[in-house]
Amino acid sequence: MKNQGVGASMLRKEDDRFLRGRGQYVADLRLPGMKDVAFVRSPLAHARIAGVRIPDEMRDRVYVAGDLKGVKPIVAVSGLAGFKVSEQPVLAFEKVRQVGELIAVCVGTSRAEAEDIAATVELDLDELPALHDMIEARKPGAALVHEHWGDNVFLETFVDVNMEAAYDAPIKVTREISTARQSMAPMEGRGTVAYWDKRLEQLVLHTGSQMPHIVRTGLAECLGLGQEQVRIVSPDVGGGFGYKGILLPEDICLAFLAMKLDHPVRWIEDRREHLTAGANCREHHYIITGYADRDGKLRGIECEATVDSGAYSSYPFSACLEAAQIASILPGPYDFPSYRCRTWSVSTNKCPILPYRGVARTGVCYALELVLDAIAREAGIEPHEVRLKNLVQPEQMPFDNITRKHFDSGDYPEALHRAMAAIDLAGIRARQQQGEPDGRLIGIGHSIYCEQGAHGTSVYAGWGIPMVPGHEQATARMTPDGGLEIRVGVHSHGQSMETTLPQVANEILGIDTAKIKLVHGDTEYTPYSTGSWGSRCAVMAGGAVATAAREVAGLAKGIGAHLLQADVADVKLVDGHVVGPHGSVSLETVAFTWYRRPQDLPASVDPRGLESTIGYKPVRDSGTFSYAAHAVVVAVDPEMGDIEILDYVIVEDGGKLINPMVVDGQIYGGLAQGIGTALYEEMNFDASGQPLASTFADYLLPGPTEVPAPRVDHMETLAPYTEFGVKGIGEGGAIAPPAAIGNAVNDALRRFGAELLHSPMTPRRVLEAIQAAKTASAASQVKQGEFA
Amino acid sequence: MKPVNFDYARPADVGAVLALLAEDGPSVKLMAGGQSLGPMLNMRLVQPDLLVDIAAIDELKQVTDKGDAIVFGACITHADIEDRRVPDVTHGALPRVANGIAYRAVRNRGTVGGSLTHADPSADWISMLSAVGARVTLRGPSGERTIAVEDYMLGALEADLRPGEMLVSATVPKLGRSARWGYYKSCRKTGEFAHAIGAFLADPDRGVCRVVIGATESRPIVVADASRLLGDGTAARLEQVFDSAAADEIVAAAGMEDPLDRQTHVVALRRAIERAHSA
Repeated sequence: MKNQGVGASMLRKEDDRFLRGRGQYVADLRLPGMKDVAFVRSPLAHARIAGVRIPDEMRDRVYVAGDLKGVKPIVAVSGLAGFKVSEQPVLAFEKVRQVGELIAVCVGTSRAEAEDIAATVELDLDELPALHDMIEARKPGAALVHEHWGDNVFLETFVDVNMEAAYDAPIKVTREISTARQSMAPMEGRGTVAYWDKRLEQLVLHTGSQMPHIVRTGLAECLGLGQEQVRIVSPDVGGGFGYKGILLPEDICLAFLAMKLDHPVRWIEDRREHLTAGANCREHHYIITGYADRDGKLRGIECEATVDSGAYSSYPFSACLEAAQIASILPGPYDFPSYRCRTWSVSTNKCPILPYRGVARTGVCYALELVLDAIAREAGIEPHEVRLKNLVQPEQMPFDNITRKHFDSGDYPEALHRAMAAIDLAGIRARQQQGEPDGRLIGIGHSIYCEQGAHGTSVYAGWGIPMVPGHEQATARMTPDGGLEIRVGVHSHGQSMETTLPQVANEILGIDTAKIKLVHGDTEYTPYSTGSWGSRCAVMAGGAVATAAREVAGLAKGIGAHLLQADVADVKLVDGHVVGPHGSVSLETVAFTWYRRPQDLPASVDPRGLESTIGYKPVRDSGTFSYAAHAVVVAVDPEMGDIEILDYVIVEDGGKLINPMVVDGQIYGGLAQGIGTALYEEMNFDASGQPLASTFADYLLPGPTEVPAPRVDHMETLAPYTEFGVKGIGEGGAIAPPAAIGNAVNDALRRFGAELLHSPMTPRRVLEAIQAAKTASAASQVKQGEFA
Repeated sequence: MKPVNFDYARPADVGAVLALLAEDGPSVKLMAGGQSLGPMLNMRLVQPDLLVDIAAIDELKQVTDKGDAIVFGACITHADIEDRRVPDVTHGALPRVANGIAYRAVRNRGTVGGSLTHADPSADWISMLSAVGARVTLRGPSGERTIAVEDYMLGALEADLRPGEMLVSATVPKLGRSARWGYYKSCRKTGEFAHAIGAFLADPDRGVCRVVIGATESRPIVVADASRLLGDGTAARLEQVFDSAAADEIVAAAGMEDPLDRQTHVVALRRAIERAHSA
């Protein structure tokens, strides 16, 4: 048998159905009697609800807040001191706090009819001043999103480590840096089909979810149901990226309707709903100062970071995950002695901010890495030299950094060296000297980050949010014909776990992966899990599958030893066979014997059979630290402001790679999203809090022609605490691109003295930065003239 | 995002369309390729009582050679031009522009007549067909009239359609042997609508030297006599005599106040002129 174990670049098992268009998504589900739902959503960002008028003839097809008897609002509290609690109503009453907030739900025989009904509902709203700017919202006297708070701050945090010791540093660089609000924009939006199963007395929700068990828990609590009365089925999911981890008010409405009405109901999110009402992320603002010695050695970082958390704290990650994470991860992969960071999670009249691939890391990496390049320019040395002076060194590993993050392993300088060699820094510098025939400006930039993945109980207990991961469980169960079922509570929607988890089981049991089936995405059939998020599945579910498979291996050896008339201590499991001193027996025979010829087994046989459900945690659960250096060459058109990526290099260390091809795929996908953050994606709002992008004509995503083929190089430093030495890498590709591209653009614009400090770096912003630098330079020349 | 209920008709000839347009009462919308109207229907920005699908009308897909010009029906698609199913009389100008419109899937269905009538300022045809001096023919209750493409567009999303009228064809003059053209559009990504367009045509045999600045807030800016910008038009490399300051004045006079917008539009025009030499 070809190597199918850990480390094999196997083709993906799931691709057979995906490439033939046979995936099964929520919207593919057809149930008898199913009706469609459309929502009446708030057209205003902030208003008192004076009235909702439903035409009499529609009264039995429209439901408002008052109809939802016994339904509790969504509450996601953080245990961090000072956190202010928001209640996200399932249907708004008294007040609306964001455009798109649900006010009524309408049931029709088709979505079009449901929309017709929704159009007959009249809203009487008294508009209130809307908060669309988080910095303004933080100020005293601002309008209040939640009146009883007294201000608009979900949470303020502060950390200080000997900051003032850095104040005498000769280099001090301060920048105001920000990242736009974005939308996750998976190909498939949200969608839910709900019905009540009369036989099992159970609410069944088919909904594309990264974390079906968490949705079940949250939903049961809002509806006052026992958790055994709720079943979540998450079929094929067309991309999650964080948005499909969230419990939405829409889901609760659907569940309520399913329990009230005698037929299934369906809601398929449309793109306008997705962009304007549900899927927002990323909006950060930094005022950040780097202190350094003349040689670029960092003395300290000081930062004020604000996150626009939107109107409500969403379930389960809460409104403060993002900002609080900024404080703890801002130091990046560097070692320096002084640090101060104050963060604010600010409530505004926008939809709740949700964690998107990389969560706060993308913004943090952008802010810190831009400042490091500014320090390099100030010090007059190459940016990578500054980094090399400050990166945690391999001999320091494992290393506890200034915010007590435990870096498990790795050689960060080596990654940077390799990236700079591959991108050919010297060659690009020479090319810059020559100039381009088309008048464009070449820039080279890079960035480096580390990514904490699979962080567990010890980390999340500290956040105190509704969801704390513990042991990750998996079931491994041999089938009577010698195959294997694996059951996991995480969900695979692009992570390729239908391929990689069988590879893990194959590594231990030797069963052909073609005969190993992954069961996931159904709370009825899988062990409880917090699900797929935080770059955790390869480490946690992989570890759980390995552990369960080892249990099954032990059980199989017991049966095999009996069949071989050998002592269990004398048999081994080799390539799917139990091998003893005088012969061997296949796992097929072992399984056949257990299930179908028990008469051949002794009375003392282990009654657990060939099945194990068991939990797994790494030796340390503070998280794996994968990392990567990204290096990029761009060409900037100084007349039009266009930016073209000419070359892109990624040197990445994910520890042991279960399937290197799958890891490359994760990196490519992440890179595409990182390029979106860097250059294209932006959800703007006007002064009244109206979102300005409601289609993909306004919300630009990079397409195939905008994403280059990166050159990817792997290092493989084994993680010391995990099964096989695996590290989580799911989010990394999306973390570094804005910083690397931003630094490259600023390198290109260096001759103007221009700097771009806001993503996305649109043509308009490029031209404005050049214009501002020219104006400043002209002004300073006038000044010098005055003195001459 | 589903449309309101509407009635649907798919007539076989222009006369039948005009009869439907003449009916009092119902609001009628014509649909050719549906590439703009489709999304607008789904978003309920348009809520017609009757949708008249004109894609099955043979006359609107005809191409006729008139000697000094070629006439093609309103339902000729961008792909028909890109693939040269419509004979090219523009030294490759129209096929090249067609090739850069949106994505192939859009070009397969989207029509020239639909694009012109939708009158999106950032679309390609309104600018390029203005540059080559194309005209459109409209048919209505009182017969036919033919007007310049640039006059057909009254403003953003507003075409000069009188009650009961529809666009039936476009007429593109055959360019002279020594004609040169250039086209440049600035998009942030492949397939996106343009943020600035420059188009240029010099056809000495016919005494034409005109430029167009498009993707403005409204109608493209057509400079029918470009001598103000390009001198007598005989320079070997016209972009070297191109007067950016004069172009900037023209754009400013047309109401474009933002200096960076003016910059990108003037640069787009200069690049269109540069490309006239490499085309």
